[in-house]
Amino acid sequence: MQVALVIGDVVATRKDASLSGVTLLVLQPLDPEGQPAGRTLVAADAAGAGVGEQVFFVRGREAAFPFFPVEPPVDAAIVGIVDHWSAEGAAPASRA
Amino acid sequence: MIVGRVVGPLVATHKHRKFEGSKLLLVQPLGEGDVPRGPALLAVDTVGAGVHEKVLLVLDGKAAGDAMRKKAAPVDAAIVGIIDYVDIPS
Repeated sequence: MQVALVIGDVVATRKDASLSGVTLLVLQPLDPEGQPAGRTLVAADAAGAGVGEQVFFVRGREAAFPFFPVEPPVDAAIVGIVDHWSAEGAAPASRA
Repeated sequence: MIVGRVVGPLVATHKHRKFEGSKLLLVQPLGEGDVPRGPALLAVDTVGAGVHEKVLLVLDGKAAGDAMRKKAAPVDAAIVGIIDYVDIPS
Protein backbone atom coordinates (compact mmCIF):
# COMPACT_ATOMS: atom_id res chain seq x y z
CA MET A 1 0.00 0.00 0.00
CA GLN A 2 0.95 3.65 -0.21
CA VAL A 3 -0.07 6.89 1.42
CA ALA A 4 -1.65 9.54 -0.81
CA LEU A 5 -3.51 12.82 -0.81
CA VAL A 6 -6.91 12.93 -2.52
CA ILE A 7 -6.62 15.82 -4.99
CA GLY A 8 -9.72 15.41 -7.11
CA ASP A 9 -12.47 13.21 -8.43
CA VAL A 10 -13.27 11.62 -11.76
CA VAL A 11 -16.70 11.53 -13.34
CA ALA A 12 -17.35 9.00 -16.11
CA THR A 13 -20.91 8.49 -17.22
CA ARG A 14 -20.14 5.76 -19.70
CA LYS A 15 -18.13 3.01 -18.07
CA ASP A 16 -18.00 -0.69 -17.23
CA ALA A 17 -21.32 -1.68 -15.63
CA SER A 18 -19.61 -3.00 -12.49
CA LEU A 19 -18.14 0.47 -11.90
CA SER A 20 -21.55 2.05 -11.44
CA GLY A 21 -21.84 3.49 -7.96
CA VAL A 22 -18.08 3.33 -7.44
CA THR A 23 -16.49 6.70 -6.62
CA LEU A 24 -13.30 7.39 -8.54
CA LEU A 25 -10.77 9.75 -6.96
CA VAL A 26 -7.49 11.23 -8.16
CA LEU A 27 -4.57 10.50 -5.82
CA GLN A 28 -1.16 12.06 -5.39
CA PRO A 29 1.11 9.54 -3.63
CA LEU A 30 3.11 11.01 -0.73
CA ASP A 31 6.53 10.21 0.72
CA PRO A 32 7.06 9.74 4.50
CA GLU A 33 7.66 13.50 4.83
CA GLY A 34 4.25 14.19 3.30
CA GLN A 35 5.68 15.52 0.06
CA PRO A 36 4.33 14.49 -3.38
CA ALA A 37 6.11 11.38 -4.64
CA GLY A 38 5.52 9.90 -8.07
CA ARG A 39 2.72 10.10 -10.57
CA THR A 40 -0.90 10.80 -9.80
CA LEU A 41 -3.38 8.00 -10.39
CA VAL A 42 -7.09 7.24 -10.25
CA ALA A 43 -8.36 4.88 -7.52
CA ALA A 44 -11.75 3.44 -6.63
CA ASP A 45 -12.88 4.62 -3.20
CA ALA A 46 -13.76 1.92 -0.66
CA ALA A 47 -13.35 4.11 2.43
CA GLY A 48 -15.66 7.09 1.85
CA ALA A 49 -12.76 9.52 1.35
CA GLY A 50 -12.97 13.05 -0.01
CA VAL A 51 -10.79 15.69 -1.62
CA GLY A 52 -8.11 17.01 0.76
CA GLU A 53 -7.92 13.86 2.89
CA GLN A 54 -4.85 11.70 3.39
CA VAL A 55 -5.59 8.06 2.60
CA PHE A 56 -3.88 4.77 1.93
CA PHE A 57 -4.56 2.65 -1.09
CA VAL A 58 -3.90 -0.85 -2.37
CA ARG A 59 -2.73 -1.73 -5.86
CA GLY A 60 -3.36 -4.78 -8.00
CA ARG A 61 -6.04 -7.44 -8.17
CA GLU A 62 -6.76 -7.04 -4.45
CA ALA A 63 -8.14 -3.56 -5.18
CA ALA A 64 -11.40 -5.21 -6.27
CA PHE A 65 -11.87 -7.12 -2.99
CA PRO A 66 -13.68 -4.35 -1.03
CA PHE A 67 -16.46 -4.36 -3.63
CA PHE A 68 -17.24 -8.07 -3.23
CA PRO A 69 -19.37 -9.75 -4.60
CA VAL A 70 -19.02 -7.31 -7.51
CA GLU A 71 -15.62 -7.54 -9.18
CA PRO A 72 -15.05 -4.15 -10.79
CA PRO A 73 -12.11 -3.81 -13.21
CA VAL A 74 -9.94 -1.62 -10.95
CA ASP A 75 -6.23 -1.76 -10.15
CA ALA A 76 -6.14 0.69 -7.23
CA ALA A 77 -8.53 1.21 -4.32
CA ILE A 78 -8.58 3.48 -1.27
CA VAL A 79 -8.94 1.24 1.78
CA GLY A 80 -8.31 3.61 4.69
CA ILE A 81 -8.31 7.23 5.82
CA VAL A 82 -5.10 8.24 7.59
CA ASP A 83 -5.24 9.87 11.01
CA HIS A 84 -1.49 10.42 11.31
CA TRP A 85 1.89 8.76 10.93
CA SER A 86 5.43 9.28 12.07
CA ALA A 87 8.68 8.82 10.19
CA GLU A 88 12.05 8.16 11.88
CA GLY A 89 10.81 9.83 15.04
CA ALA A 90 9.81 12.97 13.15
CA ALA A 91 6.72 14.92 14.18
CA PRO A 92 3.55 13.10 13.09
CA ALA A 93 2.11 14.40 9.85
CA SER A 94 -1.37 15.65 10.61
CA ARG A 95 -4.48 14.81 8.69
CA ALA A 96 -5.10 17.45 6.05
CA MET B 1 10.45 -10.65 -1.44
CA ILE B 2 12.53 -7.59 -0.67
CA VAL B 3 14.42 -6.11 2.24
CA GLY B 4 13.30 -2.84 3.82
CA ARG B 5 13.71 -0.69 6.89
CA VAL B 6 10.77 0.35 9.08
CA VAL B 7 10.37 4.12 8.96
CA GLY B 8 7.45 4.55 11.34
CA PRO B 9 3.90 3.59 12.29
CA LEU B 10 0.74 4.84 10.59
CA VAL B 11 -2.59 5.23 12.35
CA ALA B 12 -5.91 5.02 10.52
CA THR B 13 -9.11 4.71 12.53
CA HIS B 14 -11.34 4.46 9.50
CA LYS B 15 -10.17 1.55 7.37
CA HIS B 16 -11.42 -1.56 5.64
CA ARG B 17 -12.63 -4.14 8.19
CA LYS B 18 -10.00 -6.68 7.09
CA PHE B 19 -7.35 -4.36 8.57
CA GLU B 20 -8.89 -4.42 12.03
CA GLY B 21 -6.30 -5.55 14.56
CA SER B 22 -3.47 -5.12 12.08
CA LYS B 23 -0.48 -2.82 12.59
CA LEU B 24 0.49 -0.63 9.63
CA LEU B 25 4.10 0.42 9.15
CA LEU B 26 5.80 2.68 6.62
CA VAL B 27 8.78 0.87 5.14
CA GLN B 28 11.66 2.11 2.98
CA PRO B 29 12.83 -0.59 0.52
CA LEU B 30 16.60 -1.12 0.54
CA GLY B 31 19.01 -2.17 -2.19
CA GLU B 32 22.47 -3.67 -1.83
CA GLY B 33 24.49 -2.01 0.91
CA ASP B 34 21.26 -0.91 2.60
CA VAL B 35 20.89 2.00 0.18
CA PRO B 36 17.27 3.27 -0.02
CA ARG B 37 15.73 2.09 -3.27
CA GLY B 38 12.43 3.39 -4.61
CA PRO B 39 9.54 5.03 -2.77
CA ALA B 40 8.51 4.16 0.76
CA LEU B 41 5.45 1.95 1.05
CA LEU B 42 2.88 0.95 3.61
CA ALA B 43 2.81 -2.65 4.82
CA VAL B 44 0.85 -4.75 7.29
CA ASP B 45 3.10 -6.03 10.07
CA THR B 46 2.53 -9.70 10.87
CA VAL B 47 5.66 -10.34 12.98
CA GLY B 48 5.83 -7.50 15.51
CA ALA B 49 8.49 -5.36 13.82
CA GLY B 50 9.59 -2.00 15.23
CA VAL B 51 10.92 1.31 13.94
CA HIS B 52 14.45 1.16 12.45
CA GLU B 53 14.37 -2.64 12.16
CA LYS B 54 15.36 -4.32 8.91
CA VAL B 55 12.53 -6.49 7.66
CA LEU B 56 11.56 -8.98 4.98
CA LEU B 57 8.61 -7.83 2.85
CA VAL B 58 6.27 -9.55 0.43
CA LEU B 59 4.91 -7.31 -2.33
CA ASP B 60 2.08 -9.49 -3.53
CA GLY B 61 -1.57 -9.51 -2.61
CA LYS B 62 -1.94 -13.26 -2.25
CA ALA B 63 1.19 -13.61 -0.11
CA ALA B 64 0.28 -10.59 2.03
CA GLY B 65 -3.24 -11.91 2.62
CA ASP B 66 -1.84 -15.31 3.55
CA ALA B 67 0.53 -13.65 6.04
CA MET B 68 -2.46 -11.92 7.66
CA ARG B 69 -4.29 -15.27 7.74
CA LYS B 70 -7.23 -13.54 6.07
CA LYS B 71 -9.09 -14.31 2.87
CA ALA B 72 -9.85 -11.56 0.35
CA ALA B 73 -8.08 -8.82 2.30
CA PRO B 74 -7.42 -5.72 0.15
CA VAL B 75 -3.70 -5.70 0.91
CA ASP B 76 -0.61 -5.77 -1.33
CA ALA B 77 2.35 -5.67 1.07
CA ALA B 78 3.19 -7.37 4.36
CA ILE B 79 6.18 -7.68 6.68
CA VAL B 80 6.83 -11.40 7.12
CA GLY B 81 10.18 -11.42 8.92
CA ILE B 82 12.72 -9.44 10.91
CA ILE B 83 16.17 -9.73 9.33
CA ASP B 84 19.19 -10.59 11.46
CA TYR B 85 21.64 -10.11 8.62
CA VAL B 86 22.04 -10.50 4.88
CA ASP B 87 25.26 -12.13 3.67
CA ILE B 88 26.23 -11.70 0.02
CA PRO B 89 29.78 -13.13 -0.41
CA SER B 90 31.68 -11.22 -3.09
